[in-house]
Amino acid sequence: MTPRQLITDAKNTWCPGCGNFTIQHTLKNVLADLERDGTSLDNVVLVSGIGCHAKIADYLNINSFYALHGRTIPVATGIRLANPDLTVICCCGDGDCYAEGLDHLLFAAKRNIDLTVIVHNNRVYGLTTGQYTPTSPLGFKGKSTPLGTLENPLNPVELMLAAGATYVARGYTKKMDQLRTLFKEGISHRGFAFIDVLQICATFFPAADYYTPRVYDLNGHDPSQFGDACVKAREWDYTTDAPIALGTFYRKQSPVFDAHTKGPGPGTAGRDKAVRELLERRS
Amino acid sequence: MNEVSVLIGGKAGDGINSAGALVAQLLNHSGYRIYLYFDYPSLIRGGHNYAVVRGSETAVGTCRQTADFILALDQETMEQHRDAMKDGTAVIFNQDTVKAAGQGVPVREILAGEHAPEIMGNSAIIGGFAKAAGIPWATAEAVLSAHIPKKTGQNIEVARRAYDLLSTVRPLAPGNNPPVPLLTGNEAVGIGLVRGGLEAYVSYPMTPSSSLLHFLAEEQENLGITVVHPENEIAVILMALGFAGAGKRAAVGTSGGGFCLMTEGLSLAGMAELPIVLLVSQRTGPSTGLPTYTGQADLFFVLHAGQGEFPRFIVAPATPEEALYWSAAAMNIAWEFQVPAFILTDKTLSEGTCSTDMSRVPDIPQSSIPVWDGNGTYRRYSDSPSGISPMAFFGTGGAVVKVNSYAHDEAGITTEEAGLVERMAHKRMRKEDHLRQAMDRYTQVAVYGNPAAPAALLCWGSTDGVCREVAGQLGLRVVRPVILSPFPETSLKKALEGVQAIIAVEENATAQLAALALQHGIACQEKILRYDGRPFTPEILAERIREVLP
Repeated sequence: MTPRQLITDAKNTWCPGCGNFTIQHTLKNVLADLERDGTSLDNVVLVSGIGCHAKIADYLNINSFYALHGRTIPVATGIRLANPDLTVICCCGDGDCYAEGLDHLLFAAKRNIDLTVIVHNNRVYGLTTGQYTPTSPLGFKGKSTPLGTLENPLNPVELMLAAGATYVARGYTKKMDQLRTLFKEGISHRGFAFIDVLQICATFFPAADYYTPRVYDLNGHDPSQFGDACVKAREWDYTTDAPIALGTFYRKQSPVFDAHTKGPGPGTAGRDKAVRELLERRS
Repeated sequence: MNEVSVLIGGKAGDGINSAGALVAQLLNHSGYRIYLYFDYPSLIRGGHNYAVVRGSETAVGTCRQTADFILALDQETMEQHRDAMKDGTAVIFNQDTVKAAGQGVPVREILAGEHAPEIMGNSAIIGGFAKAAGIPWATAEAVLSAHIPKKTGQNIEVARRAYDLLSTVRPLAPGNNPPVPLLTGNEAVGIGLVRGGLEAYVSYPMTPSSSLLHFLAEEQENLGITVVHPENEIAVILMALGFAGAGKRAAVGTSGGGFCLMTEGLSLAGMAELPIVLLVSQRTGPSTGLPTYTGQADLFFVLHAGQGEFPRFIVAPATPEEALYWSAAAMNIAWEFQVPAFILTDKTLSEGTCSTDMSRVPDIPQSSIPVWDGNGTYRRYSDSPSGISPMAFFGTGGAVVKVNSYAHDEAGITTEEAGLVERMAHKRMRKEDHLRQAMDRYTQVAVYGNPAAPAALLCWGSTDGVCREVAGQLGLRVVRPVILSPFPETSLKKALEGVQAIIAVEENATAQLAALALQHGIACQEKILRYDGRPFTPEILAERIREVLP
């Protein structure tokens, strides 16, 4: 069987040097791996929010739901509950899922719904031309905060550990091989997988010079240890200068959230019988 | 005509709703058709709750202000419902807690005699009522054993003791109707949705829609459906749209405030052409308003909710029988046209209980759901004369399904190209033309009463029952659009032919249906409005109609 052409004809409009290219390329490779290993890509669904990241829904030639700002996760949850045979991947932005859709992110982690959430965390709103996001460093001067932000960023890795995520990782768009490993691990993890990707925004927050000398791999870290994961997660708070760990912070197997649907598997006849019995009980 | 009204009142937490349901079943099994109204404040314990159960030889859809029986579990029932007393009202009361003229039930003594807990006190009152109304013990016993799920035998013994102590003071004439299911409007919506193929119900609790969530959650395994209660109403509608994208028939339920949160998802459904059914059960607004009381003030909101322009279907059933039929139909309409379909109810219908005669609920018309034939490259939004694109779902073999909230091309890829944007807008709006044509399969406007009457009551939704009753007394016509979008202009004009005075009857402050009708060239001469959260009673409505009748 010929492998699927994974890129659509849609014109790509990301800025030159945008970290989204890395994420798309990595995801494309992971999808190709999945297909080669026997997963039908007909059973893969990409859900995106709104923002620069979300254009990936137009660019990747797989099932996609180009949703609303902040709303990837509830859409993905519905899809996953509707059909457990589907592999559902959310590509979200940081403004998208740490601001507008934070409630959904927390609940998805709390439920341990079987999704993979990849956050294109460029720490700035790109498509709306440069405002601070929940992960921008303290004092960030954006168009809505020209005097600098007065609020500390969220630490999403720590937040997801607290919320009960069963796979928590951080990658960096300048570390493509590692990113590929993390995406693969996240997708194969049964349960809620969260990957925060430090992504370069070439236009509004070109932070490579900050990240590159500070990042290191979590070698020798035991991801089954929640306490150790928390310590590692707190090492860098997304604003104070510190070493930045990359890799898998935490991994745990837990029961996943599934639909309880049992029922007669009724078909019309079974359903009609169930309704008749119900009506008798009301008579 | 034989009929009887029973008012049962007590404190919140006294189980008035279930006691009312038992009275309703007693009357159901005595040959009556039932209408039950339940009135309760928004609190868990301590406020005054009451239920009015009306039994009649023919179907009724409203309650009277006066009662033939008052069952008082507390003194406040006697104080608050003096207006319900008339000559010959039989009062049955808990003599331990209430002072009244009538027949007292020694509840404490009966419970002690049966070593029964306090919670069974209501069974004593029900037993006393059965005797006072001359209902044969065999009927009472059968009803109690069928409808009291726990400690049935002990409850029956408690009821029996009260039955033996009291005397028959207002014997009911036995009616001729066989018992039928008693359903709340919300239960009827649930059963209708299931008959329409419901696979998933997603909802966040909000009165007066919550009882549908509870009902379907309780029955989910019997019915083989998925029920999800997510973090908020934003998640509710988006999860439901996720189900739809994966090919599962989903519905959501809420009231005005929750629906506010759903509007971005609603607009997404319009743009992405995802089928979804929404129950919006109105309560008194604005804002938190009166959570447990009724209203009809959200018609314009539901009609216009969501940014941009897209077709939608709105039906406002009047009774549980109609709710059952239309909920199934709404599901099919949503899927045939890939549009949002609303079932617009209110507290009165959603939480009121009514005899539901399944022989009066027709099968829904056949509709064809357009599904992709598997040939060629799948395009989610392929254009067609009807504007309807064949559906494939996530997981359909050989299809790349691209659902999109942005303006998009036929394949579902984002576009900002002017000509294409306009063409796709035309495609979506053409569905509205076809939706409007398809409405010919249905009765879009209900007409009752005197067909030659020069005055007509124009109403919608749950006020149907009271309007019909009053129109019967006053010799008027009742005209009620059942479908509110696409607006049935032609049918409505036909139904109003020969009418010189149209009197709008609505439970809102601005006569929204009258305003909508006026947009279609139909002018109401008079407007009778109530917006204090309480449904019209026949007495009040008749008086106000007499004031305005020419």
